[in-house]
Amino acid sequence: MAILVIAEHNNQELGAATLSTIAAALKIGNDIHVLVAGKSSQPVAESVSVCEGVTKVLHAEHEALEHATAESLTAIVVELASNYSHILAAASTFGKNFMPRIGAKLDVQPISDIISVESEDTFKRPVYAGNAIATVQSTDAIKVITVRATGFDAVATSGGSAVVESLTVDGHISQKSKFASQELTKSERPELTAAKIIISGGRGMGSGENFHMLEEIADKLGAAVGASRAAVDAGFVPNDYQVGQTGKIVAPELYIAVGISGAIQHLAGMKDSKVIVAINKDEEAPIFQVADYGLVADLFQAIPELKDAL
Amino acid sequence: MKILVTVKRVVDYNVKVRVKDDNSGVETANVKMSMNPFCEIAVEEAVRLKEKGVASEIIVASIGPAQAQETLRTALALGADKAILVKTDEEVQPLAVAKILKEIVAKESPEMVIMGKQSIDGDNNQSGQMLAALLDWPQGTFASEINVSDGKVAVTREIDGGLETLELTLPAVVTSDLRLNEPRFASLPNIMKAKRKPLEEVSSADLGVDIAPRTKTLKVEAPAQREAGIKVDSVAELVDKLKNEAKVI
Repeated sequence: MAILVIAEHNNQELGAATLSTIAAALKIGNDIHVLVAGKSSQPVAESVSVCEGVTKVLHAEHEALEHATAESLTAIVVELASNYSHILAAASTFGKNFMPRIGAKLDVQPISDIISVESEDTFKRPVYAGNAIATVQSTDAIKVITVRATGFDAVATSGGSAVVESLTVDGHISQKSKFASQELTKSERPELTAAKIIISGGRGMGSGENFHMLEEIADKLGAAVGASRAAVDAGFVPNDYQVGQTGKIVAPELYIAVGISGAIQHLAGMKDSKVIVAINKDEEAPIFQVADYGLVADLFQAIPELKDAL
Repeated sequence: MKILVTVKRVVDYNVKVRVKDDNSGVETANVKMSMNPFCEIAVEEAVRLKEKGVASEIIVASIGPAQAQETLRTALALGADKAILVKTDEEVQPLAVAKILKEIVAKESPEMVIMGKQSIDGDNNQSGQMLAALLDWPQGTFASEINVSDGKVAVTREIDGGLETLELTLPAVVTSDLRLNEPRFASLPNIMKAKRKPLEEVSSADLGVDIAPRTKTLKVEAPAQREAGIKVDSVAELVDKLKNEAKVI
């Protein structure tokens, strides 16, 4: 049976996490269908149709799908579900929002946040903020799964030639839940989960203003700026900067942790980064236990020096 | 308006969990247990809605062993009016949690259910969405702000890249994210008062719900450990290593 992947997108571009989700689907089977539900989302349907491994694109267009609600998406997917052995989406705030709803409607216990595929019904997933890895086997007929994007290498965005099929979804638009507004953080820098380099600040930064020092370095490196939960709780930066179990899970090529002690909850969000640099004045800070390169220094001296050295 | 709020007893977030030697799970014997932090936020939000006059009564429910009574007493001390414990020593997976809560909703008829977005043990982030689905109610997950008026609730949600606001027709299920509020501490007089508040015990069988697990945990392992690397002495050495050794900049 085929596998259904639900695409995350902004009606123009396909989200990077979906490419990793398709990669996870390809470890389970080889007939991959992707649902693109949106408004004026033709460019997304087209780019999905040429992605590696995709055999069919299901394209649903509706005014109300510009910002699709969990209720509407669930109704659309539940109608398609009987054709599929597995339904997958990225374990982002997008996928986590509606996938459990689909599971409940199908009387299925979903599996969240998988980091590896062991077989068509067995998967590994982190529990306890990544302090343990559970191997779980589903006994349900349809497997409803969210995929941690950092666990799978994205598929190529070219080379495929899937057919695009239009869906009619008029009857599936929920009236009980309506999109009212959206406020996206404006930034010239890459998104945290897509960035190749991330520089993050912790409580040691002392204030929100001091994050400008990190931003200057980020702009030199083409990096994203992140933060620990302590820095977010202290009000230095907004919550969507947060890297950690309760924030974003990232795995860039280079992660630079500045003034971050390395609480378990933060490590759970970044320990899969390829190279980790820690700059902290406390040489006992736990962050040094996971850092490839540690610099014990006062960040207020080291960061301006680093900026000049780049 | 009646509000149902749910709480889960979990390993305290400050405890460093250890995987059992036989890989059957995580050590929970003799480990400090507390209310799941996201559930605390949910309770706090319900109490604030009552203080604002929006909510008239707060019912708090938990599913778990006899000791979950303590977690419910904490919620009562924080301001909930009445507690229900669905007592079980079995593993209850999110689908079964949602089915049990659906029965409690049928019995108590709340107009809003507030839950934590996820528990910090299983990290599933599912129960709220699943309850909303079974009730056919709208859902507002990962809430950082909620405003109730005229039979509707506006829920501002934490999404990747920013915030999104939805307008839901009540009744609805809302799940709390970190920034929804800062939970208060229970005062001693309120802890004393909570001891006299009603706490009812039922079983999943009483509610007619099948809680048999749908997924099997085959094993639980400690994650691969990352080795500590080297210390560098200067920014210049660091930049040199990143350029020439790691080749990442």
